Amino acid sequence: MQRKTNQKAWFLVLPVFLLVGFSAIIPLMTVVNYSVQDSFGSGEFYWVGTEWFIEILNSERFHSALGRQLLFTSIILAIEIPLGILIALSMPKKGWGASICLVLMALPLLIPWNVVGTIWQIFAREDIGLLGHTLAAMGVEYNYTQSAFDAWVTVIVMDVWHWTSLVVLLCYAGLCSIPEAFYQAAKIDGATRWAVFRYIQFPKMNRVLLIAVLLRFMDSFMIYTEPFVVTGGGPGNATTFLSIDLVKMAIGQFDVGPAAAFSLIYFLIVLLVSWVFYTVMTARDGEAG
Amino acid sequence: MDLSWMGWTPFTATFFVVIASLIVSMLVWEKLVPGGAPRDGILGFETTRGDRLFVSLLGSAFIHIGWLFFIGDMLWWALILSFFYALAVFRWV
Amino acid sequence: MLSKIRITPTLYIIFLMVPLYWLLTMALKTNAEILGEFTLWPTNPTLANFKTILTDPSWYNGYINSTIYVALNTVISLTVALPAAYAFSRYRFVGDKHLFFWLLSNRMAPPAVFVLPFFQLYSSIGLFDTHIAVALAHCLFNVPLAVWILEGFMSGVPKEIDETAQIDGYSFGAFFVRIFMPLIGSGIGVAAFFCFMFSWVELLIARTLTSVHAKPIAAVMTRTVSASGLDWGVLAAAGVLTIVPGAIVIWFVRNHIAKGFALGRV
Repeated sequence: MQRKTNQKAWFLVLPVFLLVGFSAIIPLMTVVNYSVQDSFGSGEFYWVGTEWFIEILNSERFHSALGRQLLFTSIILAIEIPLGILIALSMPKKGWGASICLVLMALPLLIPWNVVGTIWQIFAREDIGLLGHTLAAMGVEYNYTQSAFDAWVTVIVMDVWHWTSLVVLLCYAGLCSIPEAFYQAAKIDGATRWAVFRYIQFPKMNRVLLIAVLLRFMDSFMIYTEPFVVTGGGPGNATTFLSIDLVKMAIGQFDVGPAAAFSLIYFLIVLLVSWVFYTVMTARDGEAG
Repeated sequence: MDLSWMGWTPFTATFFVVIASLIVSMLVWEKLVPGGAPRDGILGFETTRGDRLFVSLLGSAFIHIGWLFFIGDMLWWALILSFFYALAVFRWV
Repeated sequence: MLSKIRITPTLYIIFLMVPLYWLLTMALKTNAEILGEFTLWPTNPTLANFKTILTDPSWYNGYINSTIYVALNTVISLTVALPAAYAFSRYRFVGDKHLFFWLLSNRMAPPAVFVLPFFQLYSSIGLFDTHIAVALAHCLFNVPLAVWILEGFMSGVPKEIDETAQIDGYSFGAFFVRIFMPLIGSGIGVAAFFCFMFSWVELLIARTLTSVHAKPIAAVMTRTVSASGLDWGVLAAAGVLTIVPGAIVIWFVRNHIAKGFALGRV
């Protein structure tokens, strides 16, 4: 749509700017201030320069948390995106079946994140949980509080359970916008199932898939509550992702300076990735309209 | 209102003043030469002046982080490097 | 053929429902039964766990607190996001693209980054442990999201409608409230739903900004886990009760939810 140039539109945006600015800019400035100083609490600060940045950048702790985070995000993207597409493709398009599917599938998205954690914590326990009990009965050795591998499997399955529906709903919305005539034309041409997907369905889903990947990347990159409730970052540090480590540092140990430097590096990574996604997305929009 | 909890230092204050004046100068530039001079640069998509500023700043941040990681000291050199990087961005991106 | 196709969604829904079923089962069991012999369904279903929650103020106040700040946040977010989304969908202005990206970057910023300064900020202006503090803090990610969704829906409304209304002599305010808002009614509903959802499910910021008076139900639950020797039944019942509001709200927006998740951009 062609938009008119009108600088007065700024007045319509001003409330949002002030409100979000209050919650975003002041804290961000504070984080920058803290990152170059040492604090012994109660407003006493000592200039340390770039010491915290060098410490964090070279610390084993940050490297391994970042490594775990990247691994986790790659795994869940590799599972959730294809699975979401597959489910969306086989969902009923209309009628009561579609309504029921939508409501039931959206349900996990509306559960408070710590309750998601609680659900899986209970579900996976060997003594009282259905999953843990069943696995034990089948003779599978599984204990997410002891084995790092089991903890990872639990956290990943939990995330798939929690968030795949988001991908499904996005793809479903894309598929619903394809006119029925397209499918009929494909049928007349004798197109294979794969050709229909490749040349009709996939192009339509392209755009929403980009949003899906963006949202899933961001949200998994900042995941905190669910793994924290289930594993507490353990066993050891096996499931300590970036946010868990950061909160531990900032609130748990009250290492304000290093936590601030950590925050800024973390934030810059997220900013870079979201900028790339956003640019690709708007460039596509430009081509389409 | 008590702002001591924010822990301001002369250095960080200067940093934010510089960022703010960069944004203001962008507005002035836009007023003098409207349109933002959009063009397709070497990154393969259309950028305006504001985009180029953002790419410069974000890139500079990563240059500084990289400098701290690989070399560690003498951050002034990273600043100078960032400056030339920004010039390159404004010229070619 | 038909039954063969539907097998994937069916399996997926079963996968989604089994852990929820287990939560509900636990909520209906007594603690003795949970820790005793393993049973697939409650042998003596009891509502005692729910009764505990609905009669103990430290539990039900959590729900009241959560509801208050979620409602506040939804109202604030929509009020400021509506005009802004209109501006983004209809006009070009200096810095519009960058402003939009800056808003989105806040949706993408890890809340953990903001936890410490938020605590300091809201303490220093005397809003610590109030509902409005949590509502304002949640605006950080809900306002950008609301603007994004509403802008998507608004861009779908032809601009000729604005022009016609102007010719008919409507003032901007009258046009916006009486003509434009009803046109994007479903978009407003979906945006409200998302604000509700993300404010309701968030724990980290809500927990950091509250201690007693505005403590959300999510925080009440985590503290129970660590403190008073685990009462699984009550914990499960509390979990079930946190799912109920979402399940109700979802039913009302079910026809628009897919489009909403696509941020109005399909």
